[in-house]
Amino acid sequence: MAYEEVKVKKPLALRLLPIASLVFFLGTWQLIVDFEVLPSSMLASPWQVIQLFVVKLTEANPDGAVLARHAWTSIQEAFTGYILSLIVGIPLGLFMGWFVVAEGLARPFFEMIRPIPPIAWIPLTIFWFGIGLAGKVFIIWIAGIVPCVINSYVGVRMTNPTLIQMARTYGATDWQIFTQICIPSALPMVFGALQIALAYCWTNLVGAELLAADTGLGFLITMGRRLARPDMVVLGMISVGLTGAFIGVIIDRVEKRLLAGIRR
Amino acid sequence: MSVKESGVVSQEKGQDGYKIVCERISKEFIQKGTQRVHVLEDISVAVRKNEFVVILGPGQSGKTTLLRIIAGLEIPTTGRVLLDGREVTGPGPDRGLVFQGYMLFPWKTVMGNVEIGPKLRGVPKKERREIAARYIKLVGLDGFENHYPHQLSGGMKQRVGIARAYVNSPEVMLLDEPFGQLDAQTRYYMEKETVRIWETERRTVIFVTNNIDEAIYLGDRIITLQGKLPGRMHAVYEVDLPRPREHTDMKFLELRHIITEASELTL
Repeated sequence: MAYEEVKVKKPLALRLLPIASLVFFLGTWQLIVDFEVLPSSMLASPWQVIQLFVVKLTEANPDGAVLARHAWTSIQEAFTGYILSLIVGIPLGLFMGWFVVAEGLARPFFEMIRPIPPIAWIPLTIFWFGIGLAGKVFIIWIAGIVPCVINSYVGVRMTNPTLIQMARTYGATDWQIFTQICIPSALPMVFGALQIALAYCWTNLVGAELLAADTGLGFLITMGRRLARPDMVVLGMISVGLTGAFIGVIIDRVEKRLLAGIRR
Repeated sequence: MSVKESGVVSQEKGQDGYKIVCERISKEFIQKGTQRVHVLEDISVAVRKNEFVVILGPGQSGKTTLLRIIAGLEIPTTGRVLLDGREVTGPGPDRGLVFQGYMLFPWKTVMGNVEIGPKLRGVPKKERREIAARYIKLVGLDGFENHYPHQLSGGMKQRVGIARAYVNSPEVMLLDEPFGQLDAQTRYYMEKETVRIWETERRTVIFVTNNIDEAIYLGDRIITLQGKLPGRMHAVYEVDLPRPREHTDMKFLELRHIITEASELTL
């Protein structure tokens, strides 16, 4: 059992360093705009962004929706696509890792789709689904499924071969080895996929919304560009970042819970 | 004391109480596509029922490969293995294998690890837990059923490995340098335990080691393999010392001397 490391308290100055760094960054940014080093048509100051943030909490104009609604649309799209990619990608990868037939059938398709950036699908999805929810879910699904398949596949492949041989000496069937040895061995890699897939999904969601949407955080950024409102662009960017980080934290928590549940 | 036997048996097909017969086994591996590695050459061994046979050889003498062939995990290039007169074609629950590393499931408890064999064969939970508990007790791990491998010491882990092999009631136990990773004291203790367990539940045992003392302490018979590939049989020694044996016993030391002398050039 591992011993807890003795925690040495960091000196105060060191703990203040990140805050100082942040203040310096925001301050410089504010000054650049205030003194018009860059014209206000090119960059909005932090203060302007905060003001717009407060306004956008309740005001739908000029882009058609309040901030929460943009965020909610994005989260819904991302989450639906993400869950679907897990549901399809993880079992697919696991099967491909163990069953030769599954690998032989699915591998060519997978290898063909894998190098195509998900955003390249956007025009097709507009033909097929228009600019509603379904098209973006499709893009996100494509984006998320790749790491799910790869991680699950590699996880199964990394199963200790001696454990498999041991099970064989006990007369285990292929299916038993798959379910009782390969899948548990692959779990840490599969959990790794949860985070990686989420990052892929979120990135590509914003990409998809930039091009085909009428709400969503990506759409907010696009509207900012169209209306020549840098404050709106920056607000959109920050909202995307914060929402993504927030979802990441939640997934991390869920993952730890699940892992703890399995280890016990 | 030391009887050098000839290569043994070809047509008998496991008569006369021979449990396992290896008939002129040789094994070649193909490495990197073309390079052939000759690992075993003309090995013939006959093991009687409930006999404790030790295969003694230095590293790289093919002893693990021989054990894996008997287990059915490798196919010999020439020759064959007979178990009760039937040719071995693959692994089976009639041969319990204890591995060099511990090879436990890190995500399963001691109980979960030990019951894996019966579980895979579909033995109902209550029944298999009872059997498993019996063997956990036999190897002296009662009270640790719910511990995970990372909470156990090396010696305890290998006890789990032994219990896991025993729980299938295999007729033959195959142990591949099971105590190689243990410190000297624990190793010595585990050798004692091995004898105790074997005397409680008699099985045919083939035990692979590179340690002369371990071989003499444990074996009814010691088969030495010569070093350097391909592994060939060097000599066979009967150990007719009563158990429990003492490492400091005159006869023990004498035999140790004979084996060391005889194998000095090749081991």
